[in-house]
Amino acid sequence: MSTPVAHPVEIRDLHKSFGTTKALDGLDLTVRAGEVAGFLGPNGSGKSTAIRVLLGLLRPTSGHVRVLGGDPWADAVALHRRLTYVPGDVSLWSNLTGGEAIDLMARLRGGLDLARKAELLERFELDPTKKARTYSKGNRQKVALVAAFASDVELLVLDEPTSGLDPLMEAVFTEYLREVKAQGRSVLLSSHIMSEVEKVCDTVTIIRQGRAVESGTLDDLRHLTRSEVTAVVEGDLAAVAALPGVHDLVTTPDAAGTRVAFSVDNDKMGPVLTAMGSLGVHAFTATPPSLEELFLRHYGDELAAAGVPEGETAR
Amino acid sequence: MSTTAPAPSTPAPAPARTSPAARRGSTLTGTWLLLRFMARRDRVRLSVWALSVVALWLYVVTAFSAVYSTAADRQARAALMSTPTSIMVTGPGYGLDDYTLGAMTANEMTLWVIVALAVMSIMQVVRHTRAEEESSRSELIRAAVVGRHAPAVAAMLLVLAANVVIAALTVAVFAAGGLAVLDSVVLAAGVGLTAMVFAAVAVVTSQVTAHRRGASGMAIGVLGLAAVVRGAGDIQHLHGSALSWFSPIAWAQQTRAFVEVRAWPLLLSVVLTVLLLVVAAFLASHRDFGAGMIADRRGRADARPTLRSPFAVAWRQQRTAIMWWALGTGLMWLASGTYLRDIGTMIEDMAEGNPAVAAIFGGADGAQTIVNSFVYIMLLFTALIAVGYGISSLLRARTEETQGRTEWVLATPVSRRRWLGAQVAVAGIGAIVLVAVGTLGMAIGAYSVGVTDPGLATYAVAAAVYLPAVGLVLALATAIYAWAPRLTSLPWAFLVIAFVVGLFGEAFQLPDWIKGISPLWWVPQMPLEAFTWPPVLALTAITAALFTAAFTAFHRRDVPTV
Ligand SMILES: Nc1ncnc2c1ncn2[C@@H]1O[C@H](COP(=O)(O)OP(=O)(O)OP(=O)(O)O)[C@@H](O)[C@H]1O
Ligand SMILES: [Mg+2]
Repeated sequence: MSTPVAHPVEIRDLHKSFGTTKALDGLDLTVRAGEVAGFLGPNGSGKSTAIRVLLGLLRPTSGHVRVLGGDPWADAVALHRRLTYVPGDVSLWSNLTGGEAIDLMARLRGGLDLARKAELLERFELDPTKKARTYSKGNRQKVALVAAFASDVELLVLDEPTSGLDPLMEAVFTEYLREVKAQGRSVLLSSHIMSEVEKVCDTVTIIRQGRAVESGTLDDLRHLTRSEVTAVVEGDLAAVAALPGVHDLVTTPDAAGTRVAFSVDNDKMGPVLTAMGSLGVHAFTATPPSLEELFLRHYGDELAAAGVPEGETAR
Repeated sequence: MSTTAPAPSTPAPAPARTSPAARRGSTLTGTWLLLRFMARRDRVRLSVWALSVVALWLYVVTAFSAVYSTAADRQARAALMSTPTSIMVTGPGYGLDDYTLGAMTANEMTLWVIVALAVMSIMQVVRHTRAEEESSRSELIRAAVVGRHAPAVAAMLLVLAANVVIAALTVAVFAAGGLAVLDSVVLAAGVGLTAMVFAAVAVVTSQVTAHRRGASGMAIGVLGLAAVVRGAGDIQHLHGSALSWFSPIAWAQQTRAFVEVRAWPLLLSVVLTVLLLVVAAFLASHRDFGAGMIADRRGRADARPTLRSPFAVAWRQQRTAIMWWALGTGLMWLASGTYLRDIGTMIEDMAEGNPAVAAIFGGADGAQTIVNSFVYIMLLFTALIAVGYGISSLLRARTEETQGRTEWVLATPVSRRRWLGAQVAVAGIGAIVLVAVGTLGMAIGAYSVGVTDPGLATYAVAAAVYLPAVGLVLALATAIYAWAPRLTSLPWAFLVIAFVVGLFGEAFQLPDWIKGISPLWWVPQMPLEAFTWPPVLALTAITAALFTAAFTAFHRRDVPTV
């Protein structure tokens, strides 16, 4: 292997247009060495496009792109020796078996570890003797995953790799991903499955309409959002309600005092706790947002923007 | 297991939302819906076909009446058309003794319009039946809203409608050209019904094999066989022999339109179409959705050591097709070669009885000229087949790209040059094999009946001179694929042009600049003409330039471009 690079993937201000469609509109994305980077975004937000640029398949309209220290367009062949790719929609050669396709991909890359292949086939419960056209969607996906995990590379680029896998196989996938991470290799993982991202990713980038809207570690991202607080207190809540960062406060009478529920911006949590402390707290829970909620918040206004305003329908 | 829960022995009853009527008529449910959907999807495609065929008829009627305006002109043409070579590529020769505009049109054009419409019908049927099933796009079918036979029936109805419209327009063109209406109707109906026979053949082949290409390839193979059987039968005897009648193409020609019209041979087409559909229905009822009659077997768990390059994959995908095309071409051309001896003697007999023929083909060299022209036409056909095969083989690159396999392979350390080179190499090998096999078959056939002039060396050179031209079309297709991947139906236009120029260039007296569009036109017409270097070198140079442009463009463009 060549000398390790600090940032196996480095994208700055990347633009890519297809005719008049702007698929990527100033995207920034970094994957640090040895980290699993999650890549999230609604359908059509440009994840696959960004990945194809990284693989030197699409030529960027403008912007700075580095993969393993090289230019993905100019140095494609050399860089591809050091990375592997699982496409979002795996299509196999109809008259090859799954086993043949795995061998072929390994040999195109330069070699095949038979023991490793056998192990992966067994773990993913894949029958390698079936002709590709008789495989189900999940099984086609497994062929690509086995081919990817069988290769000894620095960077794995995975475009929705678990779409079509059953939960059991998803668990196997997660396990292998952890192994890859333990070996110090880097992964870019695009996904729609929150629990998967929460389980294995060190950092997350959320992309919308071709531009990163959030990025950082999961904790960073959680910090940017609100937690849900419920408590039972004795004192008067007016002071708390007036604090900046407190939203949607609702009170209901309770045997022990007043039951209250509100949400609070995470970075404003400190003053809220101080104010609550003087009110005689009987019960208190604060729930951090799940990534799912975080994600839905970013998808949410997208949905609103796409929806037809009510005035329109009346016409 | 020890549990005693009742086993689910019978399938659950149909869901309540399926109406009883839908369940009863289940195999045809949804035909009408599908038909409307197909018609909508194909309105442009079918209009192009219809307009092209009608335009061809219009051009034929106009060109023939302008070019052969006097009876003397037409009789001279008739003399030319009575040679075995001409018969092979036209018809059984009704009306040659009084060669009217109608007789001329029917005799010389019927075969080719049938071939065109049969190809259209085969493509349409396969596109809406097997291709849909293969791509598993048939969401409606999977949801069981559509009966098992509905797609095939709807596709047949669509093709029928297209052929009826084309036939009606054809009659209008003929009538406008002053041809007898009854004969026009019979001829147009004959052409359309023959196309329907091949549509039905495609319905059958779509049941037999699980692949789109296999299904259309087999049906087109049957079409080729029918064309050859008709030619071989008609050569033996003026107005056709018993052998001719084994070919559906002959039935339309045997209606003797514009000479002594009779409609009953068309019944044969109707009967055969119905029989084929019955066979197809039987086959369809005995197979699973998505499967062919030939079951998929399990394969190897590990690839052979040779499967390690883009070339190996492309070859593996196409080798079966190459083998079948080569076998078919080889056998047909072998059979044609065995006719060469009869052709020589036939023309001598003909020259004795017909002064016009004697004037053209008399003299010591007459028989040899006929043999040579026959060889020339047959080699031209192998070149055309090679061009067609080469284009279709090369355009598989586009399928690889749109289905996402190309990007997967290009994400490994395989350069774009290497990947595209593999696609071109496999297409090129296929095309070369077809030219070689056709030529060799013909030579073996000729030698086996004692015709040793032209000699083997002449055959070899006559075939080899076509290779740069075939290569040029392939290079053009590659360049179009690389530069403008969305225009990949364009290369087919060059096949059509090469075909029209090769077969009708003289009859229509097309100007040279049009004929020159066909790369094959520049090739020395061996063994009729002598070999010359300039066209071969020029074609090779253009081919090399086009390939360079193609590889450069492919190196620069986005993959996939959808
Ligand atoms: N080759 C292309 N030509 C034109 N437009 C394209 C092309 N490829 C992608 N697009 C457009 O670019 C945008 C981004 O698409 P992309 O496939 O990258 O989305 P994605 O984030 O991967 O979505 P998904 O989650 O559905 O996989 C979409 O609007 C898409 O229609
Ligand atoms: Mg995608």
